[in-house]
Amino acid sequence: MARKAASATRWLKLLGLLLGALAAPAWSAEGAVDFDARIIRMVLPQEPPQLDSSKATDQVSTRILGHVMEALTRFDAQGRLVPGVAERWEIRADGATFWLREDARWSDGSPVLARDFVFSWRNAVDPKTASEYAFILQGIENAEAISQGEAPVDSLGVSAPEPRRLEVRFSRAIAYFDKLVAFATFYPLKEDFYRARDGRYGADAEDMLFNGPFVIERWDHGARLEMAKNPHYWDRDKIYLNRIEFPYITADTNAALNLFKDGRIILAGLDSETMENALDQRWRIERFNDGSAWYIEFNHREGRLTQNWNLRRALALSFDTYELINRVIGTPGNLPGLSLYPSYLRGAEQRLLQEIPPPEPVTDWALARSHLAAAREDLGLAEAPELVLLTGNSPTANKQAEFLQTLWKEALGLTVRIDRQIFKQRLAKMTSGDFDLVAAGWGPDYLDPLTFGDLFASWNLNNRGRYANAELDACVRTAQNSVDAAVRVDAFGCIQRILLEDHAIIPTYERGQIYVIHPAVKGTIRRQTSPDPDLSRAWLEQP
Amino acid sequence: MGRYALKRLLQGLITIWFIATATFAAMHAVPGDPLSNEKATTEAIRKNLEARYGLDRPVFPDQYLIFLGNMAKGDFGLSFTQQNRRVNDIIGDAFPVSAQLGVLAITFAAIGGVLLGAFTALKRNRWPDVTVMLAVILGISVPSFVFAALGQLALVNINEALGFTFLPVAGWGDISQMIMPALVLGLSTLAFLTRLMRSSMLEVLTADYIRTARAKGVSEAGIFWRHALRNASLPVITVLGPAIAAITTGGFVVELVFAIPGLGRAFVEAVQQLDYTLIMGTTVFYGSFLVFMVIIVDLLYGLIDPRVRLS
Repeated sequence: MARKAASATRWLKLLGLLLGALAAPAWSAEGAVDFDARIIRMVLPQEPPQLDSSKATDQVSTRILGHVMEALTRFDAQGRLVPGVAERWEIRADGATFWLREDARWSDGSPVLARDFVFSWRNAVDPKTASEYAFILQGIENAEAISQGEAPVDSLGVSAPEPRRLEVRFSRAIAYFDKLVAFATFYPLKEDFYRARDGRYGADAEDMLFNGPFVIERWDHGARLEMAKNPHYWDRDKIYLNRIEFPYITADTNAALNLFKDGRIILAGLDSETMENALDQRWRIERFNDGSAWYIEFNHREGRLTQNWNLRRALALSFDTYELINRVIGTPGNLPGLSLYPSYLRGAEQRLLQEIPPPEPVTDWALARSHLAAAREDLGLAEAPELVLLTGNSPTANKQAEFLQTLWKEALGLTVRIDRQIFKQRLAKMTSGDFDLVAAGWGPDYLDPLTFGDLFASWNLNNRGRYANAELDACVRTAQNSVDAAVRVDAFGCIQRILLEDHAIIPTYERGQIYVIHPAVKGTIRRQTSPDPDLSRAWLEQP
Repeated sequence: MGRYALKRLLQGLITIWFIATATFAAMHAVPGDPLSNEKATTEAIRKNLEARYGLDRPVFPDQYLIFLGNMAKGDFGLSFTQQNRRVNDIIGDAFPVSAQLGVLAITFAAIGGVLLGAFTALKRNRWPDVTVMLAVILGISVPSFVFAALGQLALVNINEALGFTFLPVAGWGDISQMIMPALVLGLSTLAFLTRLMRSSMLEVLTADYIRTARAKGVSEAGIFWRHALRNASLPVITVLGPAIAAITTGGFVVELVFAIPGLGRAFVEAVQQLDYTLIMGTTVFYGSFLVFMVIIVDLLYGLIDPRVRLS
């Protein structure tokens, strides 16, 4: 018995030793912030598919790229356009000139020159690259023809007459070109380095060259990504942080909140479920509008019931955006859906929606019913029709779809069938037109109302309901081609009026996001276009 | 023995071919494709993308035959979602992670299951038995995402109460980060093994040789450790093979919650993104793994238990 007890103690000791070894404080150093070393740590919702700026399309890639690359121009903390690699620039009706700064450097120490932009932009429109964002260069001379394979790549209207002067020729005026070039597709690429990678550029940290405030030092796929301050960056004195690390990659918002609570990460996004948890902790909840507009898109294809204006009007008149944002979605920060344009967009002098105020939406069930009756007469329907509402599979999408289903049943006696699909399948059905209504949203690519305004032009491939209206098309052309701010605002007003009067869409809401952030981290920038969140200029203050 | 092994191997290969073909057909029957994205692309760009991935050819027979040919060579091609990376490399990176986690989970499940099962059999119908069996029913019926979330929350609260990091909440890299996910991952297997072990133990305890041992005056502890436990654990060993395969491949939720870069996550994300090549690679890999685990267990049977003749 005594021998047994002794052996038991031995085992316990061994176990204790083992646990002690496990509990070695190797990991306890990995807190959300390190004040002395100037490090912050965050979670990434997913692995970036790859980091070649000419092919990047998703938010995670553009967010990372926004910290390690710099475009000709960039937006500061207040959302103002400021010089990036370009010291100054000039936008004309027929083209633009950018003068590059002397001290802009690549992370290998070599200078960033105008030819790096020429190569990058040619590469993006080259059909061999097959960049999904090639369309964003449209308006530069020959861009469209090149991406269709109808003109040689070097005929693109961009050249480097001097090492630090970039000349751009337009095929149509691009009033917002200085804002457009802040986008990821316009980042420079160094030709010899890019070509030496033989198609693997952006696949791994060592397959990239950086010209932004940070460089990627480590990238373990699916597990971890670490950025370190770029010693060659021209504005390095303004960069406070030495490192930004992403030790966790998960899309689970609950896990992110747990990591935040445990002091591992500085920022966690919240949804309606995790918000309760955050409120219990008495944390300060921050919010901002992420720039996306959400709406119900109708199928305007031949033979669809939703081609009927009376039916669309009946559906629109029974909908109430305030009920949706306050009672259904339930998280703070969402704004009512009044227009296709989100409220932060700027017009000629003030906010766009102040210059072209959209009408206050009307909810009138009696009027809606009379329009439904008219629709049934138009269409010769004996009974109320059944409609298919295509929607995504997120919790918010589910809640919204069920709300609409109940609403239209009560208000109009309509049967709405919900077709819930995961992302790719929903896209496929949208593209093939297999729906009556679809819950859709759009986020801005650049900070000009046109990124929303041209969505329902008859030629736009993203117009998946195939809405076609000659008057609207004409207004889109005006907004595209004019450099006169007042003329463009009028054109945007025309687009808004037609969409709302014709009920081409029902605006539902403007999305707000809520999150919690570590109190010591200052200078985080949230913005509507990538990179968001932007921590490149953040600093730490001991509480 | 040799002929039997060969026969089983051939059957296994046919099974894998069948799995591959069925997955290939199902995958292409789903609406949508890996190249469609938020922003619609022009015809020319789409054609180039299709050509790059070989989607410009007819699905059957061209794409199917090319796939089979490459599969025979063990090459699954380039991933669509993790562009520039080979499916083989993704599996090569992610599988060891899942395997490490799985081995830890199965160790925990096997040891815990055998001991708990034996213990409850000894205390049959008394309160420890009832309590443990209730917990077992919970363990089997509650889905793993609940346990994963609860386990993580428990760590947050423990760390907060202690004032230092007892165990990390998530992440991957050192062994401290494996413990909680392994516990959660092994939980349902542990519950299942407990039940199996309990019934097996009950059977053994009434066997003649136990009565003989008792009559000979062997101590209760001796009977338990030397005679009962050893014999009763045989059925547990039997189910361990498939359990290992299931555990090392079925950790999607646990991998998501604990931010672990494993293969389960890669697989589910591939399906959501319709990443054709990664779906095929992971399915065939998982399928083969499962098939060969079962074959190995069957062959081991013959070695462990001489009554089973493999011919």
